[in-house]
Amino acid sequence: MKILVNERPVVVGKGTRLYELRDTLYPGADCIVVNGFPSPVDRTLREGDRVVFIKRGECPAPEEFEALLTARHTPGVHEKIRAATVGICGLGGLGSSVAVALGRIGIGRLILADFDVVEPSNLNRQYYFVDQIGMPKTEALKATLMRLNPYLKVVTHAQRVDEASVATLFEGVDVMVEALDRAEEKARLVEAFLTSYPTVPVVAASGLAGFGPANEIETRKVMKNLYVCGDFTSEAMEHQGLMAPRVGVAAHHQANAVLRLLLGYRP
Amino acid sequence: MKVTINGKEQEVSGIKSVRDLLDHLGLDCSKVAVEVNSCVIKKDEYDQTAISHGDVVEIVRFVGGG
Repeated sequence: MKILVNERPVVVGKGTRLYELRDTLYPGADCIVVNGFPSPVDRTLREGDRVVFIKRGECPAPEEFEALLTARHTPGVHEKIRAATVGICGLGGLGSSVAVALGRIGIGRLILADFDVVEPSNLNRQYYFVDQIGMPKTEALKATLMRLNPYLKVVTHAQRVDEASVATLFEGVDVMVEALDRAEEKARLVEAFLTSYPTVPVVAASGLAGFGPANEIETRKVMKNLYVCGDFTSEAMEHQGLMAPRVGVAAHHQANAVLRLLLGYRP
Repeated sequence: MKVTINGKEQEVSGIKSVRDLLDHLGLDCSKVAVEVNSCVIKKDEYDQTAISHGDVVEIVRFVGGG
């Protein structure tokens, strides 16, 4: 009969027992989940059971990780994600969350650029931790991405990106993410990238400060190859700060727009 | 002449370049990205890039925060 072991199909003999299977396939496993429920007692396996054997703290092998992502994503989707390269310019509240969302789904390659270091004031919204204060954001974020998937390919550029360097640093990306802070920098990056690579889509963000309704944030196609996520008006300023919930909504609009573009859908 | 700006057809006069159009609309050049007939225009080309009757112009105005 067929069952799923760690997301992969396995054929076992009728009457096979759970602990027997563990001892054969994963002798070191100290945690078992059957059909979504942890720590079951030993029992006879049934057709179609979903069994997960875990050794606490141990990283799954690369092929097991692949199988896990393939099983979670719709058929055909993971292959496209795995083949993709995405550039992210700016690793603040937007860029760090976009990178984590795309890292979790196993994007083939991420190219990350930021000149900044992690400051205590970043922690209210950016994907960094207290023990990373003072680290370059590129290095801190790469370390976090490696913790959630050690098989990701991450290229980092700890430098300011200008009109001259954008084409070189982000050569070969399938989608480019603008995640900078200042309006002037956003405009300059979008312009420099799209004049260098007119056929590569850019996903930018504008208008995400404060705590206005999340539903006012949307993803809009504004040019042939430019998509902007945000409410287009809420500017970061005094009395309207940047906060994790709304910045996160915009960042995940961006990440989802990237995913849809990679899969051939209009965001 | 008639120009389509961000999907809306508008009657404008005395406008020759992208720079003129941005000035007419009161927009800060440093915070916008401009596309004319599906082609993104660099800031240092705003003066030389002509706007003519029937052009389709997209202007994105960015606000800070990220």
